[in-house]
Amino acid sequence: MSVEPLTSPSTTTGPLPVLLPSEATTANSLTPKLHLQGVTKTFGARQVLDGVDIAVAPGRSLVIIGASGQGKSVTLKIAVGLMRPDQGRVLVDGEDVTGMEASDRARNVPRFGMLFQGAALFDSMKVWENVAFRLVIADKVPRREAKDRAIEALGRVGLSPEFAGLYPGELSGGMQKRVGLARAVVAHPDILFFDEPTTGLDPITSDVINNLILEEVKRLGCTAISITHDMASARKIGDEIAMLHGGHIVWRGDAKTIDQADNAYVRQFINGVAQGPITGDAGPVRGSVGRPRARAR
Amino acid sequence: MNAVRAIGRSTLDLVRSAGAVTIFAGRGVAAAFSPPFFLRQLRRQAWMIGYTSLPAVGLTAVFTGAALALNIYTGGGRFNAEQIMPQIVALGITRELGPVLAALMLAGRVSAAIAAEIGAMRATEQIDALQTLSVDPYRYTIAPRLTAAVLTLPLLTVVADIIGIAGGWLVSTATLNFNGQVYVRNTWSFLTSGDVTSGLIKAAVFGFIVALMGCYHGFFASGGARGVGRATTNAVVSAYILVFASDYVMTSLLR
Repeated sequence: MSVEPLTSPSTTTGPLPVLLPSEATTANSLTPKLHLQGVTKTFGARQVLDGVDIAVAPGRSLVIIGASGQGKSVTLKIAVGLMRPDQGRVLVDGEDVTGMEASDRARNVPRFGMLFQGAALFDSMKVWENVAFRLVIADKVPRREAKDRAIEALGRVGLSPEFAGLYPGELSGGMQKRVGLARAVVAHPDILFFDEPTTGLDPITSDVINNLILEEVKRLGCTAISITHDMASARKIGDEIAMLHGGHIVWRGDAKTIDQADNAYVRQFINGVAQGPITGDAGPVRGSVGRPRARAR
Repeated sequence: MNAVRAIGRSTLDLVRSAGAVTIFAGRGVAAAFSPPFFLRQLRRQAWMIGYTSLPAVGLTAVFTGAALALNIYTGGGRFNAEQIMPQIVALGITRELGPVLAALMLAGRVSAAIAAEIGAMRATEQIDALQTLSVDPYRYTIAPRLTAAVLTLPLLTVVADIIGIAGGWLVSTATLNFNGQVYVRNTWSFLTSGDVTSGLIKAAVFGFIVALMGCYHGFFASGGARGVGRATTNAVVSAYILVFASDYVMTSLLR
């Protein structure tokens, strides 16, 4: 299942090869559910993405791994529509949605849900209101019915109804992630995005979240795209893994084969060693502290 | 040469910022006038912006009215014109001090609160989350705040007018031996509807400015907690400056 790059990535400095769309896509001759074509993105003088090509077939789960500052979050934000690429296209079911804002994209094309790194729950709302938000606000489901569906979704992620009346600030980080997952899946999305789903969680809670992600993706039969640098999570929730480095996808293959990958970047990353072609954090984007903002269009 | 370059850069920054604020305001206003409308949010914001500002606006107005009465009495005494004090207080409160003081209180309280709240939403990706939940953040977060401020600041100004005039009445009757009934009659007969409506028009514009500055600086906050703090400061300072600048322009137009 693993896909070889057109040329083997160099283990020394210099331009990195670009990987063409997934074999999974071409093999089953289906239109990819999500397809990023030649996406580039520059912040100031720094090119974060340099012609990224990723295609994900319907029903598949792709995990994008990579060191900090390599553009994983930017790739995800472009895929979701929170950020526009400088060049390249984003196709959903073959339809070009590059210029469409995330709120329109979420409404007009196959539904998507997203679990944010920090859960991004609305702290002024109760837990059930967070989960039911899309149902009530966008889908115009009656509040009573939406609340019932929210409580049902909370139950699926292991939270009993008494949590529904609490505020996010009263929950632990793991519980907030569960609520975020319930919110992402309650409207039965076709595509799910996971932004560092296990970051900041202890190993046991991380595994619980990974299991919940697996269960929900399987139950909904949806396509999933995740970014993480947690290899345990990547192995567990991904059918395929792609590695992003230097603005390109430098390796992509079946999740089961990653430990056998003959790729210097992948080997260094999964072994977690300082010696190798990856030389450290690429530094802040746009000179800011933290992650790039969605408003940078 | 460096000074010229600095002036040029500042001018460009100013023009760029003015353009950005104008585009932002345009999107916010367009969202306020096109469905879907988030009435629940509007009610909540009207409560937060209007009702919870009442004590601060009321207290400011009563003390300002009282101090204004004392000052005019002192100044009028130099020309043996103490008796026109009720009319001057009424005119000053309704045309100028009522809307301006209410706006300044709102700028300090509400503009800062809006910037901090929206800035925190930005920092914690809640704005992004809104979009992924198929909700336009301009409709959900910006439009209700702009509308609520435009609707509630004139109401607060009416309250400030009444309480400010009452403050003048109180100090005049209690310490300056004015007849209470005569004071009220003089005030009522002197004021025209134009005096009151010009103040209310100003108030609506000030409300828009105050909410806009809070929303704009909060929406584009970056850099975590420090960025939110900076956005809050910028929101208050820019709201104050724009309130005074627009006050002069509107006073020229509405006199």
